[in-house]
Amino acid sequence: MLAIRLAFKNLRAAGLRTWLAAAVLSIAFVVMVFYNGLLDGWNLQARNDTRAWEIGGGQYWHPQYDRFDPFSLQEAHALLAPPVQQRVAAGELAPVLIVPATAYPDGRMINVQLKGIAADQRILALPTGFFRSDSAELPALIGRRMAASLKLKSGDEMLVRWRDRNGVFDAREITIAHIFSANVPAIDNGQIWLPLDRLQALTGLENQCTLLIAAAEQPAPPLPGWNWRPPALLLKEYEEVIQAKKAGSGILYGLLFAIALLAIFDTQVLAIFRRQREIGTLMALGMTRGQVIRLFTVEGSVHSLLALFLVALYGLPLLAWLGRHGITMPEVADATGMTISATLIPVYSLSLLLVSVALVIVSAAIVSYLPARRIAQMKPTEALKGRAM
Amino acid sequence: MQNHPLIDIRDLIKRFPSGEGDFTALRGITLTFAPGEFAGLVGPSGSGKTTLLNIIGSLDGPSEGQVAVLGNDMARLTPKAAAELRNHHIGFIFQTYNLLPVFSVFDNVEFPLLLQKSSGAARRKAVMAALEWVGLADKARSRPNRLSGGECQRVSIARAMVKRPELVLADEPSANLDAANSHHILATMKKLNRELGTTFLFATHDEKVMQYLDRIIYLEDGRVARDEWSGGGENGPAAADPSHRDLAAGTPAEDDHARDQTGL
Repeated sequence: MLAIRLAFKNLRAAGLRTWLAAAVLSIAFVVMVFYNGLLDGWNLQARNDTRAWEIGGGQYWHPQYDRFDPFSLQEAHALLAPPVQQRVAAGELAPVLIVPATAYPDGRMINVQLKGIAADQRILALPTGFFRSDSAELPALIGRRMAASLKLKSGDEMLVRWRDRNGVFDAREITIAHIFSANVPAIDNGQIWLPLDRLQALTGLENQCTLLIAAAEQPAPPLPGWNWRPPALLLKEYEEVIQAKKAGSGILYGLLFAIALLAIFDTQVLAIFRRQREIGTLMALGMTRGQVIRLFTVEGSVHSLLALFLVALYGLPLLAWLGRHGITMPEVADATGMTISATLIPVYSLSLLLVSVALVIVSAAIVSYLPARRIAQMKPTEALKGRAM
Repeated sequence: MQNHPLIDIRDLIKRFPSGEGDFTALRGITLTFAPGEFAGLVGPSGSGKTTLLNIIGSLDGPSEGQVAVLGNDMARLTPKAAAELRNHHIGFIFQTYNLLPVFSVFDNVEFPLLLQKSSGAARRKAVMAALEWVGLADKARSRPNRLSGGECQRVSIARAMVKRPELVLADEPSANLDAANSHHILATMKKLNRELGTTFLFATHDEKVMQYLDRIIYLEDGRVARDEWSGGGENGPAAADPSHRDLAAGTPAEDDHARDQTGL
């Protein structure tokens, strides 16, 4: 208590220098919480959107399916056994047939994937109901990115060519039944969604699919002939990107922290040098060296309390405002192929706040303790003369 | 009381590392001080008086010989025990006052009691009593930078006395003060010595201080040159000469008031 009281009085006497160090420390705190919150928010949004639009509760893959190898698609399909069909009928699984194809929008040629999915599926957020409501012979869903790059709009037709089960080329005009908007580029860029039964019929792959999307994450019962891919595995790339982003942003607030901690360290070194006579006096009055070291450590650590006070003053309202309104991302943000929403909303978890507070307090205490250790070598008689250092 | 000296120094030698060899600051000092003495170590700069005061005050240790203060062997005291001894039994008065600048007068005087973990009410009572002794009760809320040198030294005396120590060590307490203030603080200390029975030991080469001392120990080159009892110190110049009394009191009414307030 005595140490805290004396510390506050000394810091108050130090004036602007104290507040400068506390202000930089508070900025480092706010930036750290904001960046981590933003990345956590992005991570949460990306996971939710990816689950809702792409992976569901996990997927069963045909053993030959490799999502990074388009050539695997030609053979990566198999018949749905009756037990699997029962689960599909029950809404537990949504089969997807993937066929590599070529589209010819406006006389140009691009590689696409035709993805067949049942019109009545409820597992993904894809608006597959448009398959039923559209009167076109071959209705198709495409995403806004695909529509923008190919300059397509609802009702437009486009020639698509593929090879059937025998390797024979076939082609049809598809009609854009609906252009959906999703934050998941993986279901948008180069993807054309068709009614499953039509695609199966057109390719001669009746009752076959490439993968099955599960409705809910589960300890999945094994399906013979299919490989289970849990969400954690399917989201692994996102996790790795988020972690890499966190490491990158860590450099920024690490630098800010370093500046703030350096300021505290510098203040402490200066204080100990200038206040040698005071240190000697405190010892003469009956303080042990340990008590004096503790006093100076507490004094430096109080910077962190002042920083947290400043955070409460301006940082928390700012973080709360950002938490409500988020950060609007530029149009090109999702060109990277990452799942990212138009507005990123930071998510501040209790653990994030507690860890950040602990980091600020502990690091300030450490940089305060380091110079204070020199007091242990001081002789009181020399300190009283101001010649101990 | 005479059989149990407050301070018992035998064959004290103190060396400091200096260049290639050692510098010997004290060369075989043998002295005893009884409780209630008002004594001074007198000598020129470098004679060893501050070194001796520091060893008695457990701020430094002897190189050879024995020093016992209040029955404690200073050579064997742990740093913690030495701090305890200073905190409870020894008061210090410094030439430059050494007040904590961020604390008020009250806080400065209260500080030793905070270290002793005294209760709040007891602290307040003791601090106000100590400030009354030195005539600064009305300056309790002032900061040291608002006080004159004499007032600062009186705060320093109050801080040394507030815990009622058996021994007060004063290192050149009047060196930074003018004559009026010097006499004032010396009269105050003399009064406290008489009324509370506190032992005062000075390191000084100030003639004004010497006039108040009951006993003067002359040090030369780290040795005791003379150890004299001074009859004139019995009551000090303030008592001996009315003009000195005025000078010493500065504000006689205040001084009388302070004496009344001690109630001891």
